[in-house]
Amino acid sequence: MDGDAGDTLATVDLKAEYETSGVREILDELERELIGLAPVKQRIRETAALLLVDRARRELGLAHETPTLHMSFTGNPGTGKTTVALKMAGLLHRLGYVRKGHLVSVTRDDLVGQYIGHTAPKTKEVLKKAMGGVLFIDEAYYLYKPDNERDYGQEAIEILLQVMENNRDDLVVIMAGYADRMDRFFAANPGFRSRIAHHIEFPDYTDEELGRISASMLEGQGYAFDEGGRQAMEEYIRLRREQPHFANARSIRNALDRARLRQANRLFSADGPVDARALSTITEADIRPSRVFSGGLDTDGHRADAD
Amino acid sequence: MRITQGCFSFLPDLTDEQIRAQVEYILSREWAVGIEFTDEPHPRNTYWEMWGNPMFDLKDAKGVMMELDECRKAHGDSYIRINAFDSTRGWETVMMSFIVNRPASEPSLRTWRTEADGRHIRYTHELVGR
Ligand SMILES: Nc1ncnc2c1ncn2[C@@H]1O[C@H](COP(=O)(O)OP(=O)(O)OP(=O)(O)O)[C@@H](O)[C@H]1O
Ligand SMILES: [Mg+2]
Repeated sequence: MDGDAGDTLATVDLKAEYETSGVREILDELERELIGLAPVKQRIRETAALLLVDRARRELGLAHETPTLHMSFTGNPGTGKTTVALKMAGLLHRLGYVRKGHLVSVTRDDLVGQYIGHTAPKTKEVLKKAMGGVLFIDEAYYLYKPDNERDYGQEAIEILLQVMENNRDDLVVIMAGYADRMDRFFAANPGFRSRIAHHIEFPDYTDEELGRISASMLEGQGYAFDEGGRQAMEEYIRLRREQPHFANARSIRNALDRARLRQANRLFSADGPVDARALSTITEADIRPSRVFSGGLDTDGHRADAD
Repeated sequence: MRITQGCFSFLPDLTDEQIRAQVEYILSREWAVGIEFTDEPHPRNTYWEMWGNPMFDLKDAKGVMMELDECRKAHGDSYIRINAFDSTRGWETVMMSFIVNRPASEPSLRTWRTEADGRHIRYTHELVGR
C-alpha cells in the first residue's frame, strides 16, 4: 500500500484492526482465563499495541523490517509462563507475525545431544518443527554450562543465535526460567540479550489469587469446594508456600489432584448411595489429611512437589 | 533428455515458491515429507537415497525448504525429489512425489529390444550419458 494516495493521506483504523485481527479476542481470553498476573497482562497489552502499530506502519510503507519479537519470560515455577506463551503464540499469529501460531515447548534435553555430532541434528529437528510458530525454551540457562567449555550446549546456543537472527520471519523464540539464573545466562551470552526485545516478569501469586485459582481449576473439572473445603484450602496455601519446592499454581493443581483422590476414597469407603452433589464436592476431609498440615516436609525426594 | 517421473514432471521445473506451496498442501493433509536424491533416475530404481529422516509433525513448509537447501548444497548435481507419505492405516503409502532438482546435464534412456522365445519381445532400458 502506498503511504500517500493522491492528495488524501491513506489511513489505518487501529481500533478496527484490533477487532478484526482477533487480537481483542485473545486479550479477552487472557483476561478471563488467567487469574492475577496483572503486570504480565499489562505488558502483553502493550506489546499487542506496539505490534498493531508496527503493522500499520508497514502497511503505509513507513517501516520495512520485521521487528525483533524474541522474548524472555522470567518467574518462579508455576507462575503461568507456559500458559501465557501459548496465548502469545496465538496473538503473534493473529497479527501475522508467525504463519501458523503453534507452540513447540522444549528443554535442554530436546536440543542437546549425548555425543559429538548429535546436537546439531537434534536442534535442527526441533527448529524445523517450530518454524511458523513459537519455540519455547524452558529453563534456557541449562544450555550453558560455564564450568565445561566443551559442553554440547554451546553448539545448540550457536545454532539458536543464528536462527534467531536469520529467521525472524519464520519463528519467535521465547526463553523462560527463574529470573536470577536467566540474568546470569544473558550476562554470559550477550548474543541472546541483544536478540531479545521483550522481557516479561511473572510475579508469584498472592495467597488470595491462589485461592481463586484453586476454585477455578476445580470448576474446570466439574468440582467445587464446600465452605470447610475452601477454608482448608486457604490454610493449605499459606502453609505450602513456606515449604520447599513451592511451585505456585502448579502446586495447587497437584494438591487438587490428590484431594480428588482422597474424595474418591472417602466416598468409596462410605456406605450408602451418593448423589451428584457429593460426587462433585471437595470437603475439608479431602484437604486436611495432607502432610503439609502436620508440618510434614517433602520426604519422597523423587517428587518435585511436596504434599 | 528430460527425465519425467512423479507429479508435475511434464511441466516446467517448479520454482521454490511453487515447491513451498506444494509442501504446504502436503502438510495440510498431515502427510510426512521425505527428501530423497539419486544420480540414477532409471524408472526401475525405486529406492533413492534418503536425505535425513522423513519429517513428521511439521507445521510449516519452511522446515522442509531448509532441508531441501541443505540437500541441494550437498547434492546439487543429482536428482532430488520430495515424497509425501500418508501413514493413515489402510493407506500407508506415498501419496505424492515430485522432482525438485535436476543435474545440469541429464542422462538419456536407450531402449533395447530382444527377440525371445515364441514371438515375445524383451525390452531393456539403459541409462546412457551419465
Ligand atoms: N493465573 C492462572 N489462572 C489459572 N490457572 C493458572 C494460572 N497460572 C497458572 N495456572 C495453571 O497452573 C499450572 C502451571 O502453569 P504453567 O505451566 O503455565 O506455569 P509455568 O510458569 O510454565 O511453570 P514451570 O516453570 O514449572 O514450567 C497450569 O496447569 C496452569 O493452567
Ligand atoms: Mg512451564
